[in-house]
Amino acid sequence: MSTTTTRRPSDESDPRSDSTIAIVAPDYRGSRGGRGRFGGGGGKRPAPTSFAGIAMRTPYWVVTGALALLFLYPLIWTAISSVSPLPGTNQVDGWGFGNYATLANYQAGIWVYLFNSTFVSLLTVLLTLVISLLGGYAFARFRFPGKDLLFLSTLAILMVPYTTLLIPLYVLLNAVGLSNSLVGVALVLTMFQLPFSMFMMRISFESVPRELDEAAMVDGCSSWRVLWQVLVPAVKPGLITVGLFAFLAAWNDFMAPLILISDTNRMTLPLAISNLRGQVQGVVDYGATEAGVVVLALPCILLFLILQRHYVRGFMSGAFKG
Amino acid sequence: MTATLPAEAAEAAAASARRRRHPGRRGAITGWLYALPTALFVLLLFALPLLLVLQMSGSDWPLLGGNQGWNFPENYQDAVSNRFFWDSVLFTLKYTILTTIILLALSLGLALLVQESTRWKGLLRTSFLVPSALGLASASLLFYVLYSPIAGPFAGLMKAWGFTFLGTPDGALWSTIFLIVWRYAGFYMLLMLVGLQGIPDDVYEAARIDGASRWQTFRSVTLPLLRPTLALTTVLCVTGSLLAFEQFYILTKGGPDNSTITIVQLIYSVAFQGQNDLGVAGALSVIVLLALIVINIAQIRAFNRKAED
Repeated sequence: MSTTTTRRPSDESDPRSDSTIAIVAPDYRGSRGGRGRFGGGGGKRPAPTSFAGIAMRTPYWVVTGALALLFLYPLIWTAISSVSPLPGTNQVDGWGFGNYATLANYQAGIWVYLFNSTFVSLLTVLLTLVISLLGGYAFARFRFPGKDLLFLSTLAILMVPYTTLLIPLYVLLNAVGLSNSLVGVALVLTMFQLPFSMFMMRISFESVPRELDEAAMVDGCSSWRVLWQVLVPAVKPGLITVGLFAFLAAWNDFMAPLILISDTNRMTLPLAISNLRGQVQGVVDYGATEAGVVVLALPCILLFLILQRHYVRGFMSGAFKG
Repeated sequence: MTATLPAEAAEAAAASARRRRHPGRRGAITGWLYALPTALFVLLLFALPLLLVLQMSGSDWPLLGGNQGWNFPENYQDAVSNRFFWDSVLFTLKYTILTTIILLALSLGLALLVQESTRWKGLLRTSFLVPSALGLASASLLFYVLYSPIAGPFAGLMKAWGFTFLGTPDGALWSTIFLIVWRYAGFYMLLMLVGLQGIPDDVYEAARIDGASRWQTFRSVTLPLLRPTLALTTVLCVTGSLLAFEQFYILTKGGPDNSTITIVQLIYSVAFQGQNDLGVAGALSVIVLLALIVINIAQIRAFNRKAED
């Protein structure tokens, strides 16, 4: 289980970590003055693959640029057409935010759905962070009976289909009075986040040298104080990754609210926007749907761009090394 | 600080050993306390529902009526004899095979394309990755508009040539696969990149000295050494595709002519749309769970056996 959560200067002598940095921080290259693996590496390593080599010889920029555009085009098109005129929408002629006005006045109003989604997402992030921080600490630093069983059971959540759990959860949450409840949705989403976040936090804690907290223990700190004062700063990158993944998963989740929520005032944004199609006598308001997609996607894309290296690090940290 | 006497050193070592043991002994209870929230979540929201779904699958359990007593083999018989059962199984398998092959081949290609670190390739990586920040539901809604014969960018073309994306069973299937590839290619590219990083440089060096062509290097060095990553991505992609729901629920609604119903959609509609039978839905869920376990074990075995060859 290798980990790259902490990057020490000594790593730079390892040729592998060079390209790791390249992935984690695409513009890191500039400050190091190297040209990466392909260019001026002094022939240290030949081009590893045929595809890249061929592409370099052909009008490489055109092909790769077109490929990138193919991935960006649906997003750009949706953003533009959400403010452009289209018959049958609230934005019939001229450019403007008519579609967003439709969206704002849909049923309970977009603010209600935005609030619901934000509430569920933040609660999920909070619960996931607290539980995986404490759990990761327990798994990495303590020995207790049933530890391996508990850890394996947490990972086993990955193996069980979403629906297989959601149907009994629907019955269980109803039984304890959490039917139609955003808190119930957040609890369920937190459970689904546990395998990844527990794994991530465990290896984050394990990558911190034990001497650090043992020294603090010797100085008479309780394990609780050691956790908050010594270890939390050290595992912060792991926490950011876990939080980001939990937010993206909760904000975008469709199936859990679809099954657990039936009250229109408690719906989350993806559910509301999916229902918004075909409300007016079966005629789909495409403009409002586009606006809804923009509102749904914008926070995710911004967050992704800001925290890209943490997103990437989540994968680099060995969590997905087979 | 300079020179420690042997006795002192021994004492210090003993003291540190005592110290190290000390948190260990007391640690069992403290450890459990820290692990308690995890244990509660796993127990109440995972183990308990899993047991409950087993019970449901053997009980007569209408959506609103609650448990009405045992109904053991009948639920499973009803599940298998549902008129959409075999159609949905076949469709789900077809969709899974197509998606897995296309998605993994494309993402490996993309990973090889952007493997080196230049500013341009960094930009390419980011553009491939941006769609994976979107939720599956948002992506499906986006393509729902994009494919629409009224509002989509291809509306004029569709009218002129007389075709629709979602109007025919094959069209709906391929349109959905395109959406999934668009949404997940960057994600799998990232996993492939992680795998490519793990291949040591000297292996390539050796292949180069032996005069291997690029294609030979790719076939006999990159692919075999990438096997753990390929195994992982295959298992992830197959699992994800077998459980496909949102993309079909939003994009095709199972149509046209019920040709794109996946097994999870069938479970959802048996449980919450019309039939409202949680017993049969539970039986279907248990069947899917068992099938998934068998398929995943078979995949892992297959990859391990290849590793031994």
